[in-house]
Amino acid sequence: MSAGKILSTDSITMKFGGLTAVSELSLDIYAGEIIGLIGPNGAGKTTAFNMITGVYEPTKGKIYFKGQDITGMRPDLITKAGISRTFQNIRLFNSMTVLENVMISKHVRLKANPLDAVLRLPRYIKARREHYEECMELLRQVELDDVAHEMAAALPYGKQRRLEIARALATQPSLLLLDEPAAGMNPQESLELMDFIRQIREQFNLTILMIEHHMEVVMGICERITVLDYGVTIAQGTPTEIQNNPRVIEAYLGAVESNA
Amino acid sequence: MDGRKNIKIALNIATLLVTAVFLYWGDSVLSPFQKRILNLAAIFVILGASMNLVVGFTGMFSLGHSGFMCVGAYTAAILTMSPESKELIYYMEPIVPWLKNIEWPIIPATIMGGIIAAVFGILVGFPALRLRDDYLAIATLGFAEIIRIIVTNTISITNGALGLKNIPSEKSLLFYWSFCIITIIILKNLINSSWGYAFKAIRDNEIAAEAMGVSVFKHKMLSFTIGAFFAGIAGALMAFLITSIDPTMFRFLFTFQILLIVVLGGMGSLTGSVIAGIIITIAMEWLRFVERPMTILGMDIPGIPGMRMVIFAILLLVVVLFYRQGLMGTKEFNWDWLLDKLGLARNRERGIS
Repeated sequence: MSAGKILSTDSITMKFGGLTAVSELSLDIYAGEIIGLIGPNGAGKTTAFNMITGVYEPTKGKIYFKGQDITGMRPDLITKAGISRTFQNIRLFNSMTVLENVMISKHVRLKANPLDAVLRLPRYIKARREHYEECMELLRQVELDDVAHEMAAALPYGKQRRLEIARALATQPSLLLLDEPAAGMNPQESLELMDFIRQIREQFNLTILMIEHHMEVVMGICERITVLDYGVTIAQGTPTEIQNNPRVIEAYLGAVESNA
Repeated sequence: MDGRKNIKIALNIATLLVTAVFLYWGDSVLSPFQKRILNLAAIFVILGASMNLVVGFTGMFSLGHSGFMCVGAYTAAILTMSPESKELIYYMEPIVPWLKNIEWPIIPATIMGGIIAAVFGILVGFPALRLRDDYLAIATLGFAEIIRIIVTNTISITNGALGLKNIPSEKSLLFYWSFCIITIIILKNLINSSWGYAFKAIRDNEIAAEAMGVSVFKHKMLSFTIGAFFAGIAGALMAFLITSIDPTMFRFLFTFQILLIVVLGGMGSLTGSVIAGIIITIAMEWLRFVERPMTILGMDIPGIPGMRMVIFAILLLVVVLFYRQGLMGTKEFNWDWLLDKLGLARNRERGIS
């Protein structure tokens, strides 16, 4: 893990007509950290993700990734630059198998053109075989290799979540954004997920930014936390600082105390 | 696994050989009428399969197929007609000099028909593919009409509403079905390739595909252009089959007929498009009797032209309402399935192409 700023957002603002979804959000994330982004529903967390990954262009402000300005870049180019994400509502390619879902990420790196593929030239076959091996290896690492040839839609919920993370990892990101990875999980599954996130951080040398509502997950895993409320950053700090911050407690109407 | 692979290669070669022999034999035995219907079936299979690539596999609801077909047909016709017949036919306005003395053989002209249609595909796709769903359907439908109207009005190139006659005729099964089989092989290889999966990823979830690094617009353009190319090829073949074309042939109704093949066969199944293409073409001929005057229960019913299309429209409704996945759904024919049915030992390991 090398030190150094990997992502920084310079007071980014997103306005939808009269509504300010995110206002002046400034985040600094250093390589190797796990950062939490929390806040009540509608606080603008997913909007912040969408700005970082290029789905929305911020109304104001700049986003820098590894020192490069990525504000308003196309989502696919941002992925290529090294930011990958999962979605709050699972978005798998349902008509494909688990392996095929993961292999999509390699398509971008394929050094061949469609004509090579149609004629099945050795160049294409070779590249494809390499990608196949890489993806099978990745599935082994995340323990999905036994279902590699199952349809993605047929997987149980927990495994679909895991596949989404695996698919994001296959793009070889250095920054991984997880949008509510523990949504709909029971306490046991949440614990497993925390272990899994720690494990992939070590294994793939990742920096992780996550949105999460499960306080035990956020407090247990994140090194620093940013709290949003109605688009405004109301607190930033370590889990302990956040738990004792009166403004946070107010925003959650005391929910943090009873949960944590 | 290797054993299976060899069996499959052998089966593929055997199928191609049997088909070749059948086509060769058919060319000498079948009546001109039967051959004409089979050739028409080949053209409809190309049209169905190429539209399926765009609509079924990439999930773009495009209704511009007849427009690209029109471009292909006119390109091929103008390139192959003899200078004498051009002089004879273009009596409203003479043909532009740079096209007057061109007389290509039909195979390069067919391919050129595809290429020019693909160029139109790029021109139409560039603005239209920024749209989605119904909006895309309306826009492509509009573009197809625009193409048809341009063809109607550029009289010194296309001879306008009078159409073209005396296009060189080609009748052999081998010619049309060779194009058809090559098209199917190309599309099958494309769909089973990395690009095919990217198309399907866009169809399944555009936002996720983009988050995986797939450039959505580029891939949509690619799929759309390839679709237009094969529509152009089919248009060129159509010109050689019926030897006279005019702009009214390529109205929206034609796209509807192709859409029927795609939906009936199954959106996302090439096998389905092949089967449905053949069935619809043959049914289209067979159903001609409903347009003739007839007597039902002592009542005299005059012949109603267009009655066949009513039947097909009802068929489309029934499929969409009760049997949405069509004949094949998204399944494809493959030898594994057939060999399993025949009870041969199955090796579970699967590769990816």
